[in-house]
Amino acid sequence: MIRKPVDIGDPHRLYTVTGGRSRGEEAGLDLVTLIVSECRPTEGMQSEHVRILELCGHPTAVVEIAADLRLPITVVKILLGDLLASGRITARNPRPSAAHGDAPESALLKEVLIGLRNL
Amino acid sequence: MPLADAAETGLKIVIVGGFGVGKTTLVRSVSEIRPLNTEEVMTQAGAGVDDVAGLRNKSTTTVAFDFGRISLNEQTVLYLFGAPGQERFWFLWDRLFSGTLGAVVLVDTRRMADSWYAIDRLEYHGTPFVVAVNRFDEDGSRFSLDEIRQALDLPEDVPLVDCDARLRDSGKNVLITLVDHLYQQALAREMTA
Ligand SMILES: Nc1nc2c(ncn2[C@@H]2O[C@H](COP(=O)(O)OP(=O)(O)OP(=O)(O)O)[C@@H](O)[C@H]2O)c(=O)[nH]1
Ligand SMILES: [Mg+2]
Repeated sequence: MIRKPVDIGDPHRLYTVTGGRSRGEEAGLDLVTLIVSECRPTEGMQSEHVRILELCGHPTAVVEIAADLRLPITVVKILLGDLLASGRITARNPRPSAAHGDAPESALLKEVLIGLRNL
Repeated sequence: MPLADAAETGLKIVIVGGFGVGKTTLVRSVSEIRPLNTEEVMTQAGAGVDDVAGLRNKSTTTVAFDFGRISLNEQTVLYLFGAPGQERFWFLWDRLFSGTLGAVVLVDTRRMADSWYAIDRLEYHGTPFVVAVNRFDEDGSRFSLDEIRQALDLPEDVPLVDCDARLRDSGKNVLITLVDHLYQQALAREMTA
């Protein structure tokens, strides 16, 4: 299957969704960063924010949120950046980031290995 | 990191390799969900720019990549990412590598050179990896793993295995090979620490 890069569709929609802001990665969010809601949606909140707060009642990875909202990662990171800034969600980094050169502990890897073998 | 803190842990493994080597097939065969598609917005120029305001400018496209999920236990979810294989999207791989446990390089022996770039980038980033040879039925050459190791100039300590990306058990075996490799490395490090 040859997948062509898809066109973005309606740029205005994305522009509206993100309030026209262009940067979303300051928060240092990774694809697998887990997001947790810290409050409930409130009246008048934009629908994407509402959906994120609903989803993240249970810790949910950034990539899962993007798939659910059917929005590109970049756009989702901007939305999450807003919610983070206002304290409505928190982000948990899944493990020591590679930026620190920290390799995951053997204990964690052993867990993963056992999990895979049991599949 | 104490295991208690690893509760609700998201982990990722990236599958890379040339165009059409079977990355999507591998993600699909081992995932518990139908692999989803997710997209990155970027400029045609390929700088990986996140200028969403620039979406109004027609030079922006999105690139799809696959992801699959494997729940290992109640706390731990492993995400697999299949990077897009077309050469003009290879720059995206660098972004995917950050924070990964490790990577799988898929190889089609009919187009071995396509793997060099992947191996090169992984070595550059210091991302641990294994190499899996996806054997296609149409490939009559049947190079041995030793021959392939030589052709790829692969160090002895990098695991090299055969696989059939279409088969779940085979895909699973590739992942186990990778994680076992990571585990051995971690043990060795902890011994000397
Ligand atoms: N015979 C055979 N065919 C395979 C195997 N793995 C994948 N294919 C087929 O090869 C084609 C390409 O596989 P994909 O999984 O889409 O390859 P890809 O690496 O994701 O391709 P790009 O994302 O476009 O780079 C598909 O038609 C698959 O069905 C295999 O092990 N054996
Ligand atoms: Mg693919």
